Amino acid sequence: MRTALYDLHVALGARMVEFAGYEMPVSYPLGILAEHLHVRAQAGLFDVSHMGQILVRDAAALEALVPVDLRALPVGRQRYGFFTNAAGGILDDLMIVNRGSDYLLVVNAGCKAADLAHLRAHLAADLIEDRALLALQGPAAEAVLARLVPQVSALKFMDYCEADWQGVGLWITRSGYTGEDGFEISLPEAHARGFAQALLAEPEVAMIGLGARDSLRLEAGMPLYGHDIDAQTSPVAAGLGFAISPRRRAEGGFWGAEPILRDLADPARRRVGLLPEGRAPMREGVELYSEISGGAPIGAISSGGFSPSLGRPIAMAILPASLPFGAVIYGELRGKRLPLTLAPLPFIQTNYKR
Amino acid sequence: MHYTVDHEWLRLEGDLVVVGITEHASEQLGDVVFVELPEVGRVVAAGDEVSVIESVKAASDILSPLAGEVVEVNERIAADPSLINADPMSAWFFKLKVAELDLSGFMDETAYKALIG
Repeated sequence: MRTALYDLHVALGARMVEFAGYEMPVSYPLGILAEHLHVRAQAGLFDVSHMGQILVRDAAALEALVPVDLRALPVGRQRYGFFTNAAGGILDDLMIVNRGSDYLLVVNAGCKAADLAHLRAHLAADLIEDRALLALQGPAAEAVLARLVPQVSALKFMDYCEADWQGVGLWITRSGYTGEDGFEISLPEAHARGFAQALLAEPEVAMIGLGARDSLRLEAGMPLYGHDIDAQTSPVAAGLGFAISPRRRAEGGFWGAEPILRDLADPARRRVGLLPEGRAPMREGVELYSEISGGAPIGAISSGGFSPSLGRPIAMAILPASLPFGAVIYGELRGKRLPLTLAPLPFIQTNYKR
Repeated sequence: MHYTVDHEWLRLEGDLVVVGITEHASEQLGDVVFVELPEVGRVVAAGDEVSVIESVKAASDILSPLAGEVVEVNERIAADPSLINADPMSAWFFKLKVAELDLSGFMDETAYKALIG
């Protein structure tokens, strides 16, 4: 499948890959490293139209599926959440916007069909099929977007607004997946290319692919579904307990509430940052040990790669909660155990406009 | 200059074979962030993994095109992997002392250019 911006990606010289059934740009001629650094320095534009945009109305039914306090979510605000399963694992993570007339859910592309089926088993859910989704991220994002849509300057992190650009209805949240200030903009597919090109005409903006999207979110310590979190992952171990609202902790009433609340009371494992010594990246799947030889693995890297901002390898894993930051563990890479140090997340300072 | 189907270049330097990766390989990889070079003194067979190159996204193996002994490695590219992208045709990886110099299995420049299209 192709998004509304496919032709633009090709025209810009993107290297395309298959991702969640879509042909998506992994990088442009600038390259992943430079694209990543550009987002942290100025503003990057991402096509994330492959993600699912779903509308629901029944808050009570939705609350059974997501441990978020929807009563406490004001109109015009967004919350991060996740669908849980009966075993206390995570079916997908998502953003939920209270638009007053309905709730807008933004879900991962790879989970779109499953999420829709899961929702529809409990409430009415409409998949929006005619809107593109763009992300503009970086310290210059507000200045750039405000030239086209002045009211975005009034938005704070996790606010939602609707705005008009040349007669086109935009749905905008101030949020993203990079750790930088930025916006996600939903708009009709027919106008996606025109809007993207208007943004690209601004001197601070460069088009950014999925490769840099991944290295940016890794630096920001954000989990990626299917890698750091999955149906077998406890949200508490994944460091996502913050997304379980206080009323939901007290009342339960969501799938997997029992094991999740037990975990909250006494967490055995937690997601941490890892800093491999030396220059060799340690990637997803590398088994981790507490000793330089012998012993059973204590975990495995769930996401890992090279950090362009830090100029070194970084990784994440869920490990025994008793291991302190600063502890040295070992990852088995090409038959050799090499040291890594536990570090807090995120790896870089985040810049949300709170 | 000779070329392999795995996008390595080979050139002769006296009785040594110098090996690197081509511009095409460098472009395909993207920004190189890490290179692991073989140990000097290591004896390799043709097809043995001798080097690992990592880009931001993925790792790639370099296989030895010939059997021989690694007599020198390029520490400069280990220290600064970006040299591989900057000038792949001069960013050599290792030098081999080969027992039997048989270049018949490799391509010349014309054949390699035809391969990459």
